[in-house]
Amino acid sequence: MNEEIGSGNPFQNIEKTTVLQETRIFNDCPVDSRKCTHILTKILYLLNQGEQLGTTEATETFFAITKLFQSQDVILRRMMYLGIKELSTIAEDVIIVTSSLTKDMTGKEDLYRAAAIRALCSITDVSMLQAIERYMKQAIVDRNSGVSSAALVSSLHLTKIAGDVVKRWVNEAQEAVNSDSVMVQYHALGVLYHIRKSDRLAVNKLVAKLTRMSLKSPYAVCMLIRIAYKLLEEEDSSGGASSYSTLFDFIESCLRHKSEMVIYEAAHAIVNLRRTTSVELAPAVSVLQLFCSSPKPTLRFAAVRTLNKVAMSHPAAVTACNLDLENLITDSNRSIATLAITTLLKTGAESSVDRLMKQIASFVSEISDEFKIVVVQAIRALCLKFPRKHSVLMNFLSAMLRDEGGLEYKASIADTIITIIEENPEAKETGLAHLCEFIEDCEHTSLAVRILHLLGKEGPRTKQPSRYIRFIYNRVILENAPVRAAAVAAMSQFGATCPDLLPNIQVLLARCQMDTDDEVRDRATYYYSILEKQDKSLANHYIVEGLQVSIPSLERALHQYTISPSDVPFDMKSVPLAAVPSAEEIVNPSGKGVQADGMLISTALSGSKVSAVAVTVSREESYAEKLRNVPELVALGPLFRSSDPVELTESETEYVVRCIKHSFPQHLVLQFDCLNTLNDQLLENVRVQVEPPDGYQLVREVPCPCLPYSETGTAYVALKFPEELGATIGTFNATLKFLVKDCDPATGLPDSDEGYDDEYMLEDVEVTLGDQIQKVTKTNFGAAWEEAGDSYCELEDTYSLSSVSTLEEAVKDIVNFLGMQPAERSDRVPEGKSSHTVFLAGVYRGGYDILVRAKLALAEGVTMQLTVRSTNPDVAELVTSAVG
Amino acid sequence: MEGLLLEPTLYTVKGMAILDNDGNRILAKYYDKNVFATAKEQKTFEKNLFNKTHRANAEIIMLDGLTCVYRSNVDLFFYVMGSSHENELILMSVLNCLYDAVSQILRKNVEKRVVFDNLDIVMLAMDEICDGGIIMEADSSAVVQRVALRTDDIPLGEQTVAQVLQSAKEQLKWSLLK
Repeated sequence: MNEEIGSGNPFQNIEKTTVLQETRIFNDCPVDSRKCTHILTKILYLLNQGEQLGTTEATETFFAITKLFQSQDVILRRMMYLGIKELSTIAEDVIIVTSSLTKDMTGKEDLYRAAAIRALCSITDVSMLQAIERYMKQAIVDRNSGVSSAALVSSLHLTKIAGDVVKRWVNEAQEAVNSDSVMVQYHALGVLYHIRKSDRLAVNKLVAKLTRMSLKSPYAVCMLIRIAYKLLEEEDSSGGASSYSTLFDFIESCLRHKSEMVIYEAAHAIVNLRRTTSVELAPAVSVLQLFCSSPKPTLRFAAVRTLNKVAMSHPAAVTACNLDLENLITDSNRSIATLAITTLLKTGAESSVDRLMKQIASFVSEISDEFKIVVVQAIRALCLKFPRKHSVLMNFLSAMLRDEGGLEYKASIADTIITIIEENPEAKETGLAHLCEFIEDCEHTSLAVRILHLLGKEGPRTKQPSRYIRFIYNRVILENAPVRAAAVAAMSQFGATCPDLLPNIQVLLARCQMDTDDEVRDRATYYYSILEKQDKSLANHYIVEGLQVSIPSLERALHQYTISPSDVPFDMKSVPLAAVPSAEEIVNPSGKGVQADGMLISTALSGSKVSAVAVTVSREESYAEKLRNVPELVALGPLFRSSDPVELTESETEYVVRCIKHSFPQHLVLQFDCLNTLNDQLLENVRVQVEPPDGYQLVREVPCPCLPYSETGTAYVALKFPEELGATIGTFNATLKFLVKDCDPATGLPDSDEGYDDEYMLEDVEVTLGDQIQKVTKTNFGAAWEEAGDSYCELEDTYSLSSVSTLEEAVKDIVNFLGMQPAERSDRVPEGKSSHTVFLAGVYRGGYDILVRAKLALAEGVTMQLTVRSTNPDVAELVTSAVG
Repeated sequence: MEGLLLEPTLYTVKGMAILDNDGNRILAKYYDKNVFATAKEQKTFEKNLFNKTHRANAEIIMLDGLTCVYRSNVDLFFYVMGSSHENELILMSVLNCLYDAVSQILRKNVEKRVVFDNLDIVMLAMDEICDGGIIMEADSSAVVQRVALRTDDIPLGEQTVAQVLQSAKEQLKWSLLK
């Protein structure tokens, strides 16, 4: 082999065709094992370098290789098995070597046997597997650990193509778990779990047995911890707690295992358990703390990464490790340092922020995007926690924004800045300035569009709106069509809200009408003509507020309209309004992203965003869909609003009933979701009898015909709202009535056809004002309020709210009570103020707009002056009287 | 917190690689079809990984959603990759096994040139350590034993590679003649 020792890589210049030619010598007899080994190595090297072989080439090579079965050279034989495995996926007719391999597999030489099993399993298919099944079973329980491991690992691979066959080997795998060899034990556990994983009872048994017998292999123990963890989580979500403590005790006991691998796995599992209490967490945190000072970087990394996760859910538990984490800030491994800092940022005090930020700045350019995102997230959390630090953090973010980085990284920074702007009015101007600078040089269209939209929304209401126009118009000159269109839309916002800028905006918009792109031109023309009218209310409705209806509903309504032509013009009011996402839903996507994974993988983030968006359209939508399927209720018209479900029973009772109130323009539908928790009863003709207050008319009842055990059925009651609006608010007594048939718990079939009537008292259903009002987001409440001053009727009243003692509480109460949407974030009460004004907007069923201004002052209790403006005097009357 | 701890499985290792001091692949194996499906993606990843790791000897890094542990010697870089949720210590044990096994095979001369001289054996060793993503063996001496080098009989030390190979060959011949 000496002749190959040249400069660098002796395999550098080999060529595929030449090497494949050389395989001819495999046919020679006797085999020159040294030469053959070398050629085979070259082939495998080429394959490993990513060289592609065609099917014919591969097949020819494969058959050439099989000639080497005649050689008795150990290394050559082993290389041949490797070659068979590598080529098995590309070459054809590979099963031809089955018998040769079977022979090796059952032969005497252990070194061949294990390798032959693995090669054999890579070429076999379901039909051939039957033939070798007997040998596989024997191999699994073979005394030689290598053979046994090879057989077990191969069976696990085979489950992908022949799961049923492998299932039959469960007894052998069971026996192998008791093996003395650590690897065999580990592999056997893997196979056993795979076979049984769909049967929870069997997995439970397996874990119970293995936790008692104390496995030798640390890998197997790690695996067992994971299985136990999974059982715990499943148990948690299904509510059972039968073996919780046993499993938990097992994981906890592994914290004292002699292998670090196992200790870490156990700590990791405990930390990730959803319902861990801080007491249970303590031992896990203290082993992680020990790891923090380990000389091994990997151990420190693992520990600090896990602590970082703990800091999200239980910051207090990590505080004890702060000293150790401080030491890690200067770790030579940047990943460890970053994680340590972000963990400290989560648990630390306001005073340490400056110092930590300086530390991060010193190496932020050296770490990978993944970690930069972790840092950005930590900063976001920090801004929310210490609003006063926003200038330091904002400067830091803008510096990061100027650095190189991918879209995901930039987006997370922009997101953070936007969050800060929204949460902290003081940071608004600086934040917008940073974003303006950023879009000057931003290659990501989606991000530029978002920022332009934000500028359009926030810019007009800053002290100096004119300074943003230049940045926005620059985009029109320099960018691609989607960005230009967004810039045009943003400019029109300024035109609509700032009268002194209007002439200039009109000049710019007029220029945009010459754009090469259709969308940009259309937008410019549209906004230009609306602004030209100089009509405040027109501009408010069509520029500032945008579309309020839910887009999917609009699409459906328009589709309906086009397929059934009518002379009546399409009425926008008939389209249900888009649901305003609740505060939690807005906060959640990011919260979810952070919680789901400290490392944040791109798909996780975008995935959760998508799902959150889906949620916001879905509530009224999905109910409307469901109600449309009840023929008796179709006549009531479009669904206006649905309330959150209200529990009418305790959750542990025989029948669980929840009520959802649906408001239609003239009708109220009560939807009762009933769950039968008795396994010996079959309920039929389930209905809810309500006693409505005066004025309501019962229109119809839709019973649920049949309600078997553990199923949820729905009964409806439709009522007509009273003409007198004041009478719409009231309490309904409700009783669940049904026919009971006793049945066999096992089969669910009734014992006899005879049943008896029974009833069950439910809690009262309250119909409130909020149930009849849909939330509407007003981006510019001031404008809408002024406009309403002329045409709407106004009512004013003063109340003293004695039951609440703080402004926050009062604001929360009033928002909940009226069920309207707070505009311009007026639901946030700045700290330390003694008075506050809340703006609320909504639509009453039937399409009457309501605007509410509530001035609150703190003195003894809270005094509130409520001004209501509405298009319908009765509605205004109703709101003022309902509050009293 | 879904997906934090994945389905308990033996499929632990996503990939193993040995790169030279220019970041070129000497040997590499990827075990998950969803992770770097094409050779091009793999090599881009390796270049990227090498650039991030060849200066700082820091042992562990997160890259492209993978946890990568690494070790280097003279002109060789050894990597083991696993999912970002994987137990880092398990990956480390695989890396140690890979390194130690190669080191024993090469008689402690862990250098690029020597690896190429013994490429066949190193290939076999990698194959013995990990099969399709499952850790086959994490004990380096067991690995070395299985790749047919009878280390026990030869005193470790000053022998040159050629001598060692020669004696190994003789031993083999002897064992076959038996």
